Amino acid sequence: MIIYDFLSELFGSPVLAAFIQSFIPLIFLIPFALFAVWLERKVSAFMQDRIGPNRVGAHGWLQTVADILKLIQKEDIVATNANKPLFNIAPVLVFAGSYLAFAAIPFSSAFIGSGIDLGLLFIVAASGFVVAGILMGGWASNNKYSLLGAVRSAAQVVSYEIPTVLVILSVVMLTGSLSLYELSEMQTSSFYNWVIFGGTAPTLQKILLIPFMFIGFIIIYISSLAEVNRTPFDIPEAESELVAGFHTEYSGMKFAMFFLAEYANMFAVSAIVSAIFLGGYQSPFGYLGNTIGWEWLVPIEQFFWFAAKGIFFVFVQMWLRWTLPRLRVDQLMALCWKYLIPIAFVNLLIIGIIVIL
Amino acid sequence: MREYFSNIWSGLFTVLVGMKITFKHLFEPAVTIQYPDEKPKLPERARNRLYVNMDDCIGCDQCSRACPVSCITIETVKGLPTDDIGKTSNGKKKALWVTKFDIDFAKCCYCQLCVFPCPTECIYMTETYEFAEYNRDNLNYSFVTLTPSEIEEKKENYAKLEAEKAAQKAAAAAAPKPAPKTEE
Repeated sequence: MIIYDFLSELFGSPVLAAFIQSFIPLIFLIPFALFAVWLERKVSAFMQDRIGPNRVGAHGWLQTVADILKLIQKEDIVATNANKPLFNIAPVLVFAGSYLAFAAIPFSSAFIGSGIDLGLLFIVAASGFVVAGILMGGWASNNKYSLLGAVRSAAQVVSYEIPTVLVILSVVMLTGSLSLYELSEMQTSSFYNWVIFGGTAPTLQKILLIPFMFIGFIIIYISSLAEVNRTPFDIPEAESELVAGFHTEYSGMKFAMFFLAEYANMFAVSAIVSAIFLGGYQSPFGYLGNTIGWEWLVPIEQFFWFAAKGIFFVFVQMWLRWTLPRLRVDQLMALCWKYLIPIAFVNLLIIGIIVIL
Repeated sequence: MREYFSNIWSGLFTVLVGMKITFKHLFEPAVTIQYPDEKPKLPERARNRLYVNMDDCIGCDQCSRACPVSCITIETVKGLPTDDIGKTSNGKKKALWVTKFDIDFAKCCYCQLCVFPCPTECIYMTETYEFAEYNRDNLNYSFVTLTPSEIEEKKENYAKLEAEKAAQKAAAAAAPKPAPKTEE
């Protein structure tokens, strides 16, 4: 918010300010993606008692930079029988879809891409946008593996959106706001005010709410994992059966776009989960800036907490990836329709009753 | 209904068990050996490239005959009675000049069968296993210590000796012998 005001004053035009502001998450996102790819490779290596990349820079931290440089130099191959316009649009669309979600995620109290009131609804819609891109890329590749991967991805994302939305609804019933900014502001001052501990409700209600909020948290975490096509829900790109799924035919920068989108998505869902349940950018205890009287330090601290929570959940995603084997298609659907949706629904009802009480 | 909930419980619980295991491995030291920088310790009796200590070699050709793939080629020339070829480390007097001792490692199957028959233990396995070449011919190792001119000299010497012996024999044959008695 502060950054937007500053920009609009600087440029004297809210349109220009909004335009400039739309690039700010990218400044965070690209280094994050580079870091996350490196982290993923390191975490997977350590979990398998390997060393991982360690040649480029200390502990291989420049490895991903080198990889990107390589990808930029690579030839851009388009298969002869591919549908060229759709093939070229797809990676952009997928990245745009995952980047859209960042418009409504508050990075700190000083910065949110767009403070719209329906932020959560907007994010749910934007994540549907990604499916369109994936389906487009898979279909335009004119390759059976790509198409299979894309269709699986569509089926998966559409199914898992239901438990996500049900859990979001139950949170909204408690907080009465769909704006992630307001939601984060509500959970201020202490971790005891986080929604996972019943938010700012009266004490009795809080104690009743805590177990159901935990269930909701687990459900939304599992389904968000499925929405970003991560293991154990990675059947859309199942290496061992579908080559690389929907991005089999992509090379060079377009492949890098898909990769960037995947990691952006991972962070987006982690940030959303932490914003809904774990206070978003709020510190679990007070702020150092408030204690020593440096007001300007608070947003920076908030950004630190936001990034820390996001990266922690990204780490948990990686941890799960190297722990669990891939689910079969029928198991995947069974988990969603037979377990997550009914439990989320009952959870929604119970939370509704507790809130009314 | 009971089964439904017990399924959920066991599902969640086993995921946590798995996560605990992977988390433990996160802090376990890597088992990787970064090969060109650090090398694995070879086991005792590892079979790698052969080496021939020519000081001890008596040119007996036993290794060459033991070789199942005939990768060892040995040529020898007899020394003159006056030549001092030297002694092996276990005290045997050498009688032959080894003029050729080639091992073709492109053929060698590293079976170690040549090592056992050697009476002076001069052929043995070393710890070297990195000797890849771009050209196959470069894998033909020559262990001879004599220079080409020396080899020529030894050969000539032996040829001379042979010629002398042959001449002596011929002379002996030509010399009048006591005629064999004929009994009639």
